[in-house]
Amino acid sequence: MITALILIPLFGVVMLYLANPRNPRRIAFVTNAVSAFYALMLWQKFDVDLAKVQLIERHTWIPSIGAEYALGADGLSLLLVFLVTILFPFAFAANRMNRGFYALMLVMQSALYGVFTAQNFILFFLFYEMSLIPSFLLIKLYGGKKRDYAAVKFFLYTFLGSVAMLLGFLGIYFARSTFDFAQLVDLAKTGPLVTGRFAWFVFAGIFLGFAVKVPLFPFHTWLPDAYETAPTGVAMVLTGALSKMGVYGFIRLLVPLFPNEFRILQPWLLALVVVSILIGALVAWAQTDLKRMVAYLSINHLGYCLLGLFAIASARSTMAKIDMHAALSGVFLQIFNHGITAAALFYFVGLLEQRRGARGLNDFGGLMQRAPVLCAWMSVAMFSSLGLPGLNGFIGEFLIFKASFAVAASFTAVAVLGLLFTAVTFMRAMKSLFSGPPNPATNAIVDLRAGEKFVLVPVTLLMFVVGLNPQIVLKVFNSTVVALAAVFA
Amino acid sequence: MNSATNSALPWFILLAPLASAAIITLFTRRWKNLSGSISVAAVGVTFVCSCLIFGKIDISAAPLNWLDVAGIFKAPIGLTIDPLSKMMLLIVSGVGSLIHIYSLGYMRDDDGKARYFAALSLFMFAMFGIVLANNFVMLFIFWELVGFTSYVLIGHWFTRDAAAEAAKKAFLTNRIGDFGFMLGILMIWTATGSIIFDDILPKMSILTSNAAFLTVAALLIFCGAAGKSAQFPLHVWLPDAMEGPTPVSALIHAATMVAAGVYMLARVAFIIQASPAALNVIAWIGAITALMAALIATQQDDIKRILAYSTLSQLGYMFTAIGLTSNEAALFHLFTHAFFKALLFLGAGSVIIMLHHEQNIWKMGGLTKRLPITFFTFAVGACALIGLPPFSGFFSKDAILALAFEHNMSIFAMALFTAVLTAFYVTRLVVVAFFGKPRGESARTAEEAPRVMTAPLIMLAILSFIAGFGFFAQNFLLVPHEKETVLLVPMLALVALALGALTAFYLYRNREFDPIDVDLLRQKFYVDEFYGWLIRATQERLARVAAFIDHWIINGGFVGGVSASARGLGSLLRYVQIGNLQAYAFLFGLGIVAIIYYAVLR
Repeated sequence: MITALILIPLFGVVMLYLANPRNPRRIAFVTNAVSAFYALMLWQKFDVDLAKVQLIERHTWIPSIGAEYALGADGLSLLLVFLVTILFPFAFAANRMNRGFYALMLVMQSALYGVFTAQNFILFFLFYEMSLIPSFLLIKLYGGKKRDYAAVKFFLYTFLGSVAMLLGFLGIYFARSTFDFAQLVDLAKTGPLVTGRFAWFVFAGIFLGFAVKVPLFPFHTWLPDAYETAPTGVAMVLTGALSKMGVYGFIRLLVPLFPNEFRILQPWLLALVVVSILIGALVAWAQTDLKRMVAYLSINHLGYCLLGLFAIASARSTMAKIDMHAALSGVFLQIFNHGITAAALFYFVGLLEQRRGARGLNDFGGLMQRAPVLCAWMSVAMFSSLGLPGLNGFIGEFLIFKASFAVAASFTAVAVLGLLFTAVTFMRAMKSLFSGPPNPATNAIVDLRAGEKFVLVPVTLLMFVVGLNPQIVLKVFNSTVVALAAVFA
Repeated sequence: MNSATNSALPWFILLAPLASAAIITLFTRRWKNLSGSISVAAVGVTFVCSCLIFGKIDISAAPLNWLDVAGIFKAPIGLTIDPLSKMMLLIVSGVGSLIHIYSLGYMRDDDGKARYFAALSLFMFAMFGIVLANNFVMLFIFWELVGFTSYVLIGHWFTRDAAAEAAKKAFLTNRIGDFGFMLGILMIWTATGSIIFDDILPKMSILTSNAAFLTVAALLIFCGAAGKSAQFPLHVWLPDAMEGPTPVSALIHAATMVAAGVYMLARVAFIIQASPAALNVIAWIGAITALMAALIATQQDDIKRILAYSTLSQLGYMFTAIGLTSNEAALFHLFTHAFFKALLFLGAGSVIIMLHHEQNIWKMGGLTKRLPITFFTFAVGACALIGLPPFSGFFSKDAILALAFEHNMSIFAMALFTAVLTAFYVTRLVVVAFFGKPRGESARTAEEAPRVMTAPLIMLAILSFIAGFGFFAQNFLLVPHEKETVLLVPMLALVALALGALTAFYLYRNREFDPIDVDLLRQKFYVDEFYGWLIRATQERLARVAAFIDHWIINGGFVGGVSASARGLGSLLRYVQIGNLQAYAFLFGLGIVAIIYYAVLR
């Protein structure tokens, strides 16, 4: 079942090369439609009230190292599968490119499905790396200025992170001789997986791998360059889906497997994440390039995810159940909402850049008169991103704050300042883009076209629906939250 | 309360404006007049429902489960129907209705009329949400929404840089207040485990056992109120907010939204009043704001700015009353102020639009005959504002003065001096703007406003006159009763009134320009300049420093270090840096082989 989901995009790649179509994007869209249909089928088969991994596929693969081909999904996996399924067509809509572009993107999509459903480390790592190659190539081949530099930097960082993570897991494997996630989590409940100073190396390796991916300050410097130079569609997927691999790794592996390390490191990790939140927002404020601004805000928003997780991880035994549930739900919601909103923001920046040929904060002005609909819709995404209640961004952050405040009040209080700085950043952007007297250079800018509206309607609708009735999303992972809370407690 | 009859009326109040906003935005934004009618109809529905609810003694509304995490963590949308919210519903929907009708005239030829009415409806929705909220989370959600609609409406004429700047400033200043508010909510939530007001009340002992904690929490909540109600030091946004259309200034920035802070503190009074230290701070902040704003108002030339500073000053009175533990006095003043200040703003709007957007009072003059209804109703509002008996403001202001007299002599002195200043600047405003000879071309040719605008003025004038009388007001709220007939306080208030009004009258009668020029007051105590300097000196520098760290130290040092060590590793990684895919594939394969190799070897 899940295997089919992973294979569909690859099948699309084959089709791209067999059919050799004049419009490769159409094949990509058809592939996405099939994926979406399959994802809905998965949901149909998935019992949201059941608090365990479902739809399991298990085959022997490399028995000598106990690496099984094991796939399965719980509420979190399902949520991320949905996110990927929504994001890719959205990203395809942003650029018209040649065949290779769509092929690489589809490979990445396949890899992402795999990462979020793999049930043992070898498989997970395989998919994890499989997503790396296409993203590197997409930046290198299709990027804008500085693409060689950005691609290499991106590659170096994530690759070194991966190697560190691999070494960490090898360390665990030598101690416990299993790669299976469920078994590892069970073992971790009975005592530390690895003992002594070696444990710290293992922890550091895995931590580095995921922290680079999210990214967490100070492992983030690959991000602005990569996002800035990547074509719009790639930037959308990088921030919307690829960064979630890091957060997912934290939830699935790091936090359950290393309770002691997190407890000891609590103040340091919380400080790191708070710095990440503030630096992300502050540096975004200092940017004059819209794409870089949105890129830095991703650091800020994903910081909230890690704030929730680190709060749980560092105080799991003392944390009230209500806070644990709030934190996990908040983190899951934030994962989903950030995926949608950040991708939408990149999409809008892409639209502006296409129309104006530039994307500096000061290249526009008075846009409300030229393109009122575009401005209104872009404002929705911006307000969603700055956490206005009624739109999707607010709830996740609020739940995370609620939970982390109970555990680490002072760190949370500083982190809440991030909300203020994001607001400043967006308010400034909105003012210089939309209002004021019209800038003569924007005379030729046209309003949203029908096709673009068609793309934006579902995404914008999603922002409102999740904001007004978050229960819709919560239902998908409620029982997973309960199960995970039991694991962490 | 369980015996109360369940009713859908409160939900109608909440949803009618939301529906109006949605319909206008989605369907009717091309038809300006239809959009206006929809919005007016929606607010009419809310007024009728508010009256119906007001007539019923026991009424409740079924809560809606908004957020439910695995049955343990819940945040409902529940509606509180009690005397406090009933009164507030009437004020908001009543004044709101009149201002909606007035807007039909004021915004008649505006290109953004549909957008204006959509935003106005959304504001009504958010404001009713604040009034009806039965828990902190819901309160906070609507709190922020009100700030958002205020942002949209202030920036209605977005082509003007000043309007866009004012909107931004309002939103951000409110966000600063909300930052504190959110922390306050989190503190109380964490300590009591509850967000619903009725559930927190029995758990107050948890809070009162830790006085310092409680004081901090109460002050943080007050921080939210201070942001929304523009109390010092977060007052800077309100005068600038006058860049919005005048009906917006009347509804949002005088009668309702800015009063939300007072309402909210009255709603959670059981928390605030448990902390004497917090109360003290609130009372002083209120008194300082009242005095400072009144001082500034004496030297402003823009008719709307004078009224804006007057609003700040009157809100300061209300906060003083809250701080001196009398919700009754604060709400009484909120009640009367909503009418007379809305009236004054609408009157000012009538003057402004009939003088073709002239706002400088020194370019007006000689309007008593040209705009008779506007002048007459404006005079009623002015009398109420300065507290001339028997206009409504006299009673409500007197209640607060008596309260201060009883509790804190220095605050009383400040409040009394504020009353002198109030009489002074209001008289100055009326004398300069309406009396004497016309001093501008537009003032010479002005004509009275259309009936759709004067009718709400007359209604509000009547309300401003009678709202203070006990027989009228006691239907809506607990009128604070005077203790042991202290005649001294009303006597002193009258003296203050006479002093201020007569001085201003003699100083400003038949003047062509302002005989007084105090730079400190004209420049509003340089608070804006100070904040501007502060922001430049700290925050923007902070952002730049952060960017610098990000760019040079980490990028240069850290990454440089990484790539240097990578180079040190030899040719293997150099292939990667050149971007050689084969090298990568080789490495990747090597990794996999390594795993298998180690595994098999074991």
